[in-house]
Amino acid sequence: MTSENDSSRENDGQVFNRLPATAAERDDEGRATREEVVEWWVDRFGLDPETFENYTFWEKGAGKVWAFASDLESPADVEGLGMTFLRTRQEHWKPTTDAVQRFGREATKNVVVLDADDARAFLRGADTDPEWDGDWGYLIAAHDIAGGVEPIGVGLYLYDELRSQMPKGRQREL
Amino acid sequence: MDPLARYDSLVDDSAAFHAACERPLPSVVRVNDIKATPDRVRRAFDEAGIDYEGVGWHDGLFRLAEDVKPGNTWPFVHGWVYGQEEVSAVPALAVDPQPGERVLDCCAAPGSKTTQLAALMDDRGLLVGNDNNLGRLSALRSNAERCGVSNLVVTRADARNFSLKPFSGEPFDRTLVDVPCSCEGTVRKNPDAVDDWSLDHIEGIAGVQKAILGRSLEVTREGGTVVYSTCTFAPEENEAVLQYALEEYDCRLVEYDLDLDHVPGITEWDGDTYDESMTRAKRIYPHHNDTGGFFCAKLEVGA
Repeated sequence: MTSENDSSRENDGQVFNRLPATAAERDDEGRATREEVVEWWVDRFGLDPETFENYTFWEKGAGKVWAFASDLESPADVEGLGMTFLRTRQEHWKPTTDAVQRFGREATKNVVVLDADDARAFLRGADTDPEWDGDWGYLIAAHDIAGGVEPIGVGLYLYDELRSQMPKGRQREL
Repeated sequence: MDPLARYDSLVDDSAAFHAACERPLPSVVRVNDIKATPDRVRRAFDEAGIDYEGVGWHDGLFRLAEDVKPGNTWPFVHGWVYGQEEVSAVPALAVDPQPGERVLDCCAAPGSKTTQLAALMDDRGLLVGNDNNLGRLSALRSNAERCGVSNLVVTRADARNFSLKPFSGEPFDRTLVDVPCSCEGTVRKNPDAVDDWSLDHIEGIAGVQKAILGRSLEVTREGGTVVYSTCTFAPEENEAVLQYALEEYDCRLVEYDLDLDHVPGITEWDGDTYDESMTRAKRIYPHHNDTGGFFCAKLEVGA
């Protein structure tokens, strides 16, 4: 058991390693902490931090963070754990489409609501030019449907343009 | 000769049975309660001019009009709905998982029943989705992600040798055993499902089913629930597999409610007799509710 614990200190891309709670508990300098990833979502999208109270966060591969509604022993040698949540170990952290669709409905800022044509274009993977006076960077792209605003995916807003980040496999022509 | 004719003595109306098997199956979606409500899905379908109708026994299932491809609608993009055959919604309801429990789906891919279990658990507790095929696991993962499931652990193992090691050796509260089968009941969706029918194939696959059910009973706690289901009519893959479990393991068949027309499991077939409690299992034939065919039984471990 001791040797397994030792090896988990370096980032092993084959298994899931639970994120340390805070920087003080961190063995791997590059690894994000639980505190940092929750703070990032709260700061960026105005979510209630309690949203993630019962979640554990895990890294598999370089920088790919997963959110899991339960807990396992770390490291966990399994094929999947909860859902992909956030891309770290890069200058600008990037939320995933899955996480934006799952948690983005509660967002109170950095949500750009697209009209019907732009929403369809965004889903196709096309760039759009919506009205937006807010921050640049990663936004939640959403639209009005069935009486409410629903997140579609992640958009990168730069130079007055919203670049759709819909993954190839999730793009659709409606 | 039609291989399904061997079941004429089991069904109440064999002409209706064969006629139903010839008809194509309506396309059905299940509302994913993690992300939407039946009301909101109805409203989204109305806004998009998509024709649908509800089913009597379940408020979260909609039959779609023939020309609708559910994958190309906003509700699908948002993970509000999952394309799932109507009868295949039965076993997760029989499992009846509760939020916070530990639940195993040992033959999970591509994930219609797994995502339904997650929704019934309110996406809380521990849900394990296992399969042995890497390609199918990838489908399971992408379906679970689209549905916003966050309590799922995906594992790759032969369900006959499923290991509790990643789970601290702790058994599960409930296990769904939706085994690979000869798929006779899917003939309406895949007309060639019975083209290569042979008794040898059925007997071979029944051996695998017995081993999977046996292992599932071992990894479920005493007093816990195991649900066994197939989409086939063959008693060799249904009652005979349960009979093996009753003889070899400490478990018993229990009753469960189902508001869909069905008949009880059988106690005699081809010279063999099965335990009287087999009548607690349920057989659903295509002509009963205009669906695919299905078999589902609920077991209690030990106690």
